[in-house]
Amino acid sequence: MSSDAIAIQPAEAAGRPWVETLHEWVTTVDHKRLGILYILYALFFLVIGGIEATVIRIQLMRPHNDFVSPQVFNRMFTMHGTTMIFFVAMPVLFGFANYLVPLMIGARDMAFPRLNAFSFWLTAFGGLLLYFSFVGGNGLYGAGNAPDVGWWAYAPLASRAFSPGHSSDYWTIALLASGFGSIGTAINIIATIISMRCPGMKLSRMPLLAWLNLVMSGMVLLAITPLSAAQLMLLVDRYLGGHFFDTQGGGSATLWMHFFWIFGHPEVYVLIIPCFAFASEIIPVFSRKPIFGYPVMVGATVCIAFVSMSVWAHHMFTIGMNSYANSFFTITTMAVGVPTGIKIFNWLGTMWGGKIQFRTPMLFCIGFLFQFLIAGLTGIMLASSPFDWQLGGSYFVVAHFHYVIVGGILFALFGAFYYWYPKITGRMLHEGLGKLHFWLFLIGFHLTFDLMHIPGLLGMPRRIYTYEPGRGWDTLNFLVTIGAFVQGIATLVFVANLIVSYFKGKKAGNDPWDAWTLEWSVSSPPPVYNFASLPRVASRRPLWDLKHPEDPDSRYE
Amino acid sequence: MSAITSPLAETTGGWKLPYRGTVGMACLIIAESAIFTIFVVAYLFYVGKSLSGPTPREVLETPIFYTVCLLSSSLTIHFAGRALERGRRAAFLLLWLLTIALGAFFLYGTGQEWHRLIYEHGLTISTNLFGTTYYSLVGLHAFHVTAGLIMLTIVLLFGLAGRVGPEQFRRVDVLSLYWHFVDAVWVVVFTVVYVLGR
Repeated sequence: MSSDAIAIQPAEAAGRPWVETLHEWVTTVDHKRLGILYILYALFFLVIGGIEATVIRIQLMRPHNDFVSPQVFNRMFTMHGTTMIFFVAMPVLFGFANYLVPLMIGARDMAFPRLNAFSFWLTAFGGLLLYFSFVGGNGLYGAGNAPDVGWWAYAPLASRAFSPGHSSDYWTIALLASGFGSIGTAINIIATIISMRCPGMKLSRMPLLAWLNLVMSGMVLLAITPLSAAQLMLLVDRYLGGHFFDTQGGGSATLWMHFFWIFGHPEVYVLIIPCFAFASEIIPVFSRKPIFGYPVMVGATVCIAFVSMSVWAHHMFTIGMNSYANSFFTITTMAVGVPTGIKIFNWLGTMWGGKIQFRTPMLFCIGFLFQFLIAGLTGIMLASSPFDWQLGGSYFVVAHFHYVIVGGILFALFGAFYYWYPKITGRMLHEGLGKLHFWLFLIGFHLTFDLMHIPGLLGMPRRIYTYEPGRGWDTLNFLVTIGAFVQGIATLVFVANLIVSYFKGKKAGNDPWDAWTLEWSVSSPPPVYNFASLPRVASRRPLWDLKHPEDPDSRYE
Repeated sequence: MSAITSPLAETTGGWKLPYRGTVGMACLIIAESAIFTIFVVAYLFYVGKSLSGPTPREVLETPIFYTVCLLSSSLTIHFAGRALERGRRAAFLLLWLLTIALGAFFLYGTGQEWHRLIYEHGLTISTNLFGTTYYSLVGLHAFHVTAGLIMLTIVLLFGLAGRVGPEQFRRVDVLSLYWHFVDAVWVVVFTVVYVLGR
């Protein structure tokens, strides 16, 4: 059945002019193609954001370095943060959601295919606009081009007086555009999951990936919108002379911080929940056991979503809130650790007693599990407001959130690449290169981000351009930079693997991992229409039922 | 196998899920509510914090008449939808037109109020914090009314061309859901600006 579906596509594709192929990709409304576009777009910006990180690290490699000017350094960390969050992490996760959710719930496409394309192009346009600032951000002032106000753009730094020219406007409008794109995609994912499930796919039978993306999308609706609203206010201030964040006119700089972090903290969970989803699909398959505690996993995710909406001001302990606010946000922040801990125990429970296969996707997921745990522990440390007064705004914080984003999110994401690449392209990623990628990246990651905690504890502030020698930071910063290069090399191995395996990789077949969810029932890559006839499912593991008719899961539901 | 078939059994009936349009619009409304919440919070946070006049107490007049117009348009659009569902297209078109007229009338009221504030009282968006927050919040709502009116007019044009029938009633209902939301937001804006804010 699958071989027919595969055979059709090359026959059609052969001998067609490239313009036609390009036209097809640009005008596509197919969720799989849009998913691939999202992912490729994010990989492109990953390279750019990585280069910016490298520039930052070279500058900080030794004291009194002058690899770039202070102005360029400010632009680099602003663009690095903005790019990595809005134009790498969000699009790549939306890409996977786009590609996988309809396949996993047995639908032929998303609920609104054209809205899907519109959302992607809005996001893509936002990214281009942000980078166009390098060319067009000067304005009439010669005031510097790319945004340099940090990814928070705290008031009054982002006001007209302190950020002349157009650089901050590019930042604002790029984020507004991509924000509306994100809201569109979130609406689409929710409507798809609520309204497009195949017969028998009750909510209680949905793969955890679909469940977690449903929760993530709900959070996007509530978390991205405050940022959009605050950006509109900033535009009113900058263009129409408003006073929202203008302290001279009675406005409040603190209000911007609140609005930004009402977005900013849930955003972390918007990014990590899809990564929980990857782990929840990959770990059971390579442990050869169904997920441990499915209902508890769903409950814990919903719980994280709720609690994470009321923790934002732990980013603001150092501005001097009253003791009630400090206590409240300390307690809520620590409370998030409870459902998160439940999830970690559930993944361990899934692995416990399983026949674990240490393939590359599983290696990355195990890395994710332990690194995310450590990131969570430093998070609990920073949640305590007296501790935060000491270390807020230091490299300890930088190390903590990179541990979450790189050690947690990126590791799970690499796992997802190795796991679903065969489905998307029809070929396996090379296992040897994959293992090399994993070990190199693991070493580079720990070299960089384990050591980065220490200069923070020794008092090194974040966002400084350079530092005095002899404070005990020199050697550590040098090693951190070496680690960054090791990670860079590992990423090149990954990119090489993606390209080489696309042409030379082993043919994957429908179901290379002997997995249980619906996407593995169709050919690799799946046909345009996904399912010739809509499947009907009777349990959480429809393919297990199919492969083991003598002992189907549905018997125990 | 000659035909491409799924390895899983063919679909049978008895499986019904919510209409995707309603779900999508509900999600949009949730997102929009969050945007309005932020603007409302900013408005309330800055009440009485303006460094110079004019203050809301001095210049604002409660727009009761236009509020009644907008709120009653929720009724007309609801009955328009029901008329369409029963296939009474003339009644649908009439009620739909009435909805647009009431919405446009409300928008005219907002414009008139702004004209008065700007030309008689010299209150602009950059005058003081009250101006900044007032024009932003009311303007954001007026923008949503305008967007709604454009969509309603498109449906009206299709309706006049005879292209809107009972088979589209679910889609029309999705649009009226948006219109109800715009009206509900006005209740909040009205309370915040004209009642609490003075």
